[in-house]
Amino acid sequence: MKKRGFWSFAALIAGFTVYFMLNEPGTAQAMHIMEGFLPVGWAVFWWVAFLPFFVLGIIRLRSMTKENPELKLLLGLAGAFTFVLSALKMPSVTGSSSHPTGTGLGAVMLGPLPMGVIGSVVLLFQALLLAHGGITTLGANAFSMAVAGPFAGYAVYKLMMKLPDREKLALFCAAAVADLMTYVVTSFQLAVAFPAADGGVLASFLKFGGIFAVTQIPLAISEGLLTVLLWNWLKSYSPNEMSLLKRKVKGGNA
Amino acid sequence: MSNKWKNGLMLLAVVLLCVLPLLFVNGEFGGADDAAEGVITEINPEYEPWFKPLTELPGETESMLFALQAAIGAGVIGYSLGLLKGKQGQPKQNSISK
Repeated sequence: MKKRGFWSFAALIAGFTVYFMLNEPGTAQAMHIMEGFLPVGWAVFWWVAFLPFFVLGIIRLRSMTKENPELKLLLGLAGAFTFVLSALKMPSVTGSSSHPTGTGLGAVMLGPLPMGVIGSVVLLFQALLLAHGGITTLGANAFSMAVAGPFAGYAVYKLMMKLPDREKLALFCAAAVADLMTYVVTSFQLAVAFPAADGGVLASFLKFGGIFAVTQIPLAISEGLLTVLLWNWLKSYSPNEMSLLKRKVKGGNA
Repeated sequence: MSNKWKNGLMLLAVVLLCVLPLLFVNGEFGGADDAAEGVITEINPEYEPWFKPLTELPGETESMLFALQAAIGAGVIGYSLGLLKGKQGQPKQNSISK
């Protein structure tokens, strides 16, 4: 186990070194759809799609904190993690920068619904203060980052926890998938709003998605590693707290 | 391999994932949001954004707010970890790698 852990790390790093050296820089895009860059109809559509999740998330948060007031701390932690990670604009292999989402941790700890609320608060902050993303596109951005991402991460975690003794791997994959999924959904949102003249939605999706995926792969891996790192610290300080979450997560929310 | 080592290696991997592109990839490393505009304009040259961001901040102020965002988050994480550790009573040999 000891040896294997080290060698898998070494292999990972070596693999990436090669990947970076061979990769051709190109243009890329980011997680957020810019203000005004989604036609009105689609902007409204995604707002409508996102709002039910937001309302359910609020209801879920209220019942969770009523049952277990001590969960508030972990809620703050999940929110803070999203806050930090989405402020980190990391350089990526395509020669442009983007940022991770940090929603995987909260989805695993608290279930996907509360993250819908936490994630959209972060997006609102960025839209209002940083002109990053936007108010009109907040529905679409929140749907991808705060709904689709956490749900995908949560599903992966649930599936992988069926394997024996693979908690950290499950966590890593959940965080990475939540990050990538955010991107895939954003690509899809842009593709349906801007179908290419020849090839339609699919061609646009491949165009947005192909560029997206490459930019986000190393960031998704970074996010997975950082999530496991924080998890390790949490576990070493608070075995009880985590087991409480386990019970909450096993309680099958969403 | 102890937890300390594992955490250290994970941090190292994250740092490398950031540093290596800077070393090996020749790019602008501009914000990726702006690049999205380029593709949209390419697909649909007639498209006009119908809403402007409410605030247009100077770059320095923007980076200050990003730093503030990260600082608030980091503060809350630090506070929570400290609280959890304090609740535990006996501080264990923890795994924060330094």
